[in-house]
Amino acid sequence: MIYLQLLLSFLQIGLLSIGGGYAALPIIQSQVVDLHHWITMREFADILTISQMTPGPIAINGATFVGTKIAGLPGAIVASVGVVIPSFIIVLTLAFIYYKYRQLDTIQAVLKGLRPAVVALIASAGLSLAMSAFWPDGKMQLATISWESVGLFAVAFFILRKYKKSPIVVMFLCGVGAVLLSFFGIS
Amino acid sequence: MERNFTLYRKLFTSTFYLSAFTFGGGYVIVPLMRKEFVEKLKWIDEKEMMDMVAIAQSSPGALAVNASVIIGYRCGGVLGALVTVFGTILPPLIILSVISYFYEAFVSIKWIQIMLFGMQAGVAAVICDVVWTMAKEVASQPQKIYIAVMLIAFFANVVLHLHLLIIIIGCGILGFLIERYAKRRPIQ
Repeated sequence: MIYLQLLLSFLQIGLLSIGGGYAALPIIQSQVVDLHHWITMREFADILTISQMTPGPIAINGATFVGTKIAGLPGAIVASVGVVIPSFIIVLTLAFIYYKYRQLDTIQAVLKGLRPAVVALIASAGLSLAMSAFWPDGKMQLATISWESVGLFAVAFFILRKYKKSPIVVMFLCGVGAVLLSFFGIS
Repeated sequence: MERNFTLYRKLFTSTFYLSAFTFGGGYVIVPLMRKEFVEKLKWIDEKEMMDMVAIAQSSPGALAVNASVIIGYRCGGVLGALVTVFGTILPPLIILSVISYFYEAFVSIKWIQIMLFGMQAGVAAVICDVVWTMAKEVASQPQKIYIAVMLIAFFANVVLHLHLLIIIIGCGILGFLIERYAKRRPIQ
């Protein structure tokens, strides 16, 4: 019975979290904290912290965390499957339509308008990520800027553009770079 | 592309590997997938990649999951989509179920925090790099008006904080109108 409840609850979370990422937060909270009391607000905040430190979408992380707590590993699997089913069906339908009709002039025209929008949306995500990296305490002043972050960003960007290195390698080198900088007392 | 076991295995290992490294939010999956499927495997072209992100972005759910469904469908049909979805959700499922047992210890390790802080700068650089590449693609189109569409969408998101769906629908309509106008009066 608890599996069915988990499944239904996470189906709704998957269906209603349009916009991805943090757009899913209020929906997850209303389902698992307010409605079902599966976890406390404190644990909900913990999920957020863990999600920032681990890879993977926040909805999957939340599903795994809540599922594990309520019904162990099977619970985690049921909740995770629930959260992806709506995406799976809707995206598959859209993909089918896209590959069937993308040669039509009207669809071509709409897609031409969507491509710049996609670039702009990714650019704004990049901007807010860069800002939270450069100003870790949130205040945007020259005095509070984290120069080691700016330096790591500049070096990483240069390596990516010039040598086309793997993004995963570059991301990890930045992490290692930060640890080394703090080890040698530079930051 | 042959639809055989090798293809599905490649789809699974690629998405599993990429998903294990999507630190810093959903958008990071775009540069990672682009590198793997556009540059390395050459299964998908640059424009198709942008279309895929548009579809993934307009659907409910996590961007990484949605993008993997389209990639899987494109390369291996419905079975391919199932394979890539499992490849994408397995890493966070494994990592989270392990971490939830010793969460307190994990978050208090000092050097992990410093490393994650440094990686944030790297993630920002990775995203800016893919924006640069994609913006060049948009700017190289014969119709320069799409550069303006890109700037308008950026402004609408960053300054006006419009909902993502409004921006996507608005830009779709803009594209439709621009192409209709262009057909009547060909732009030199």
